[in-house]
Amino acid sequence: MRLIGQIGDWLDARLQVGQTLRETAEHPVPRDTASWFYVFGSAAFVVFILQIFTGILLALIYVPSAGEAWNSLQVLNHGIQLGWFVRALHGWGSNFMVAIVLLHMVQVFLFGAYKFPRELTWIVGVFLLLMTLGMAFTGQVLRFDQDAYWGLGLGASIASRVPIIGPAIVHLMLGGPIIAGATLSRFFAMHVFVIPGLLIAFVAVHLLMVVKLGINDWPMPGRVVRKATYVQEYHELTKKEGVPFFPAAVWKDLCFSALILVAVAACAIYFGPFGPSGRPDPTIIQTAPRPDFFFLWLYAVLSFLPPSMETPALLIGPVIVLAGLLLLPFVFGEGEKSWRRRPIAVLSILLIAVVLGELTHLGTFTPWSPVMDAWSSDSIPPEFLRNRSALERQGALVFQEKQCHNCHALDHVGGKRGPELDSVAVRRTQDQLIRQVIQGGGNMPAYGKNLSPAETTALVSFLLTLRPEGQPAARDSSNVGSLQPEPGKPISTQP
Amino acid sequence: MTSPDDLSRRTLLMKMGILFNGIIAAVLAVPIFRYILSPVAQERGQGVQSWLSLGEVGQFPTGQTRFASYRNPVVNPWDGKTGDIACWVRNVDGKTFQVFAINCAHLGCPVRWFAQSNLFMCPCHGGVYYQDGSRASGPPERGLFEYDYKIEEGKLFIKAGEMPTPGQKKWSSLVTLEKRRCV
Repeated sequence: MRLIGQIGDWLDARLQVGQTLRETAEHPVPRDTASWFYVFGSAAFVVFILQIFTGILLALIYVPSAGEAWNSLQVLNHGIQLGWFVRALHGWGSNFMVAIVLLHMVQVFLFGAYKFPRELTWIVGVFLLLMTLGMAFTGQVLRFDQDAYWGLGLGASIASRVPIIGPAIVHLMLGGPIIAGATLSRFFAMHVFVIPGLLIAFVAVHLLMVVKLGINDWPMPGRVVRKATYVQEYHELTKKEGVPFFPAAVWKDLCFSALILVAVAACAIYFGPFGPSGRPDPTIIQTAPRPDFFFLWLYAVLSFLPPSMETPALLIGPVIVLAGLLLLPFVFGEGEKSWRRRPIAVLSILLIAVVLGELTHLGTFTPWSPVMDAWSSDSIPPEFLRNRSALERQGALVFQEKQCHNCHALDHVGGKRGPELDSVAVRRTQDQLIRQVIQGGGNMPAYGKNLSPAETTALVSFLLTLRPEGQPAARDSSNVGSLQPEPGKPISTQP
Repeated sequence: MTSPDDLSRRTLLMKMGILFNGIIAAVLAVPIFRYILSPVAQERGQGVQSWLSLGEVGQFPTGQTRFASYRNPVVNPWDGKTGDIACWVRNVDGKTFQVFAINCAHLGCPVRWFAQSNLFMCPCHGGVYYQDGSRASGPPERGLFEYDYKIEEGKLFIKAGEMPTPGQKKWSSLVTLEKRRCV
C-alpha cells in the first residue's frame, strides 16, 4: 500500500492533477439530487465507454470493404471464439445507449435542468443526441447486409430531394455514383473516427459544464428560476444542505450503470448479435428492407406522408425540430422548474412518446407494405370456399393469381395495405365492386387492363360472397327491387 | 528588459506568424476540399454515365418484362457484388423497349415485377406501378426511373452508371438531351 502511495505521490508531483480531481469528485451537490432520477447521464457515459471498447475489439477483425465486410461479419459470428458475443454487446450497447440518452433527455426536460444557467449544457446535449443517432445509423451501415444497402438507398433518396444541391449531396454521401466500396469506407470513417472524436469532445464539454455550473437542483414547485438571483440561491443551497458528490451521490450512479451493463450483457447472451441479414448484392431483390429499431418511426412516417407533403416534411421537419430543441432554453430559460407546475411540458412528453411509440409499433409490422408472397404462400381460408359455385371458386383463384392477396387480407391473413375483404359484400354492391376493380382509386391500382371480362366476372362474384352470416349484402338504393345480386349473372366489364 | 519598441516588434512578428499560418492553411484547404468533393466533380464531368449492354435482344420476349443486371461502368476492385446493378426490361412490341431502374421512385427500395397482375410493387412503403412504369398507387410522386436505351447489332444497350434518386432532374432531361443529339 505504501508503495502505491509513493508512486501516486511521484506521479502527482509531475502531473499536478490530484488536487483538481479530488475537488471535482468531492464538489458539493444539493442533497436531494443524490437521487435515482439523476443516474441516466452517467449510465449513458458508461455505455459509451463500452461501445468504444467493443468497437475497437470488432475493428480487430472487421474489414471495411464492400466486397468483404459481410464475410468478415460471418467470421466474427461463427469463426472467432466469442466474436458473436462482442458483436452482440456492441449491437445491444447501441440500442441501450440511444434509449438511455433519450431517457436522460426526458428527465432533464421534465426537471427543468435546461433553464438558466445550463442552456449551453442542454445545447451540447442536443448535439450529443444527434451524434448518438448518427452512430446508430452509421453503425447499421457497417453491418453491411441487404438492410444496410437499401437503407443507404433510402438515405440517398431523401438527401437527393434537397433543392439544387441534392444530387451533389448524394454523390458526397455515397462517395461515387452508386452505393459501393467508397460508400462503406466513408461510413466507416464517420463511425470510427469522425463522430466518436466529436462525441468525446462534446461529452468532455458537457461534463465540464455539469461540474462547473453544478448539478441541477431538485425542482421544487414554487422555487422559480430568475437569472438575477439563481446562481446565488444555488450556492446557498449547496452550502446549506450540500453533500460531496463522491461518495454521497456516486454510489447510485455506479449501481445503475452496473445494472445497465448487466442488462446489455444479458440481452447479448439471450438474443445474440444483430444479423447480418442477406448478402449486400443489389441483384438479389427478394428482400424487404427494414431499418433498426430506433429508426422504425421514421420508416412509418415515410409511408404515411401524402406524396405532395413528403419532400417539404422531410426537409423542413428536421430543421423545425432542431430549432425547437436549440431555442428551448432561451425561450423558457426562467420560471418554474417543477413538472408539477408545467402541465404543457408533461403533456408534450406524453404526446411525443405516444406518437413515436405508435409509429415504432406500426414500423414493426408495416401494414402499408404489400406482403410480397401472400398470393403464392397464404391460402384462402376454406370457409370462404365451402358451398361456393364454380364461378365463385374461379374468382378465388383470380384473387390469388392477380396478387390481390398481397394487399388485402382474408381472415387476417395477407397484406394490410388495402382493407380486409372478409365483409366487403356488406359495404359494396356488385356495380361498385366492378368499378373499384377496373378503375382502382383510393390508393388501389386500376386492374381494367390486367383482367379479362371473364376474370372480372369471376372475381366480383367471389367478392360478393364475402359477408358474415346474418349481415345483409349492400344494395343499390336506386334499384330497390334487387335486394340480392344474382350470383352468376354475367357482368359487363365495359364501363 | 523590454522596451515598448521591442514589444511591438514581437507583437508584429506574432501577427505575421498567425498570418503566415493562415495563408498556408488556406492554400492547403484547396487540395483538401477538391479531394473531399471529388465524387461531386466526377458527377459533373463526363464518364459516370455510359452505354452498357444488357445482352441479346432475344433474351427479352415481346410483351414481357424481364429481370436483367449489368456491371456498373465505374467500379473499384473491392466493390464486390455492390457493383452489379439490377433493372427491369420491358419489350413493348419487339421494337420499342422500356428499361426501368430497380429503385422505387419513392425511396429507392427494389421494386418487384408481378407478371400475373402486370404490376411493379415495392416492399418498403407500398409503392405500386403499372407495366409502363407509371405510378399506380402508394407514396411515390412519379413513375419508375427509365434508362435511355438503344439497340445495336442485336444487343440492347442502356445508358447507366448512377443510382437514380428522386431529386435528379436529369433523369428526364438526360433522355431528351440524347434524343436531341440523335436528331
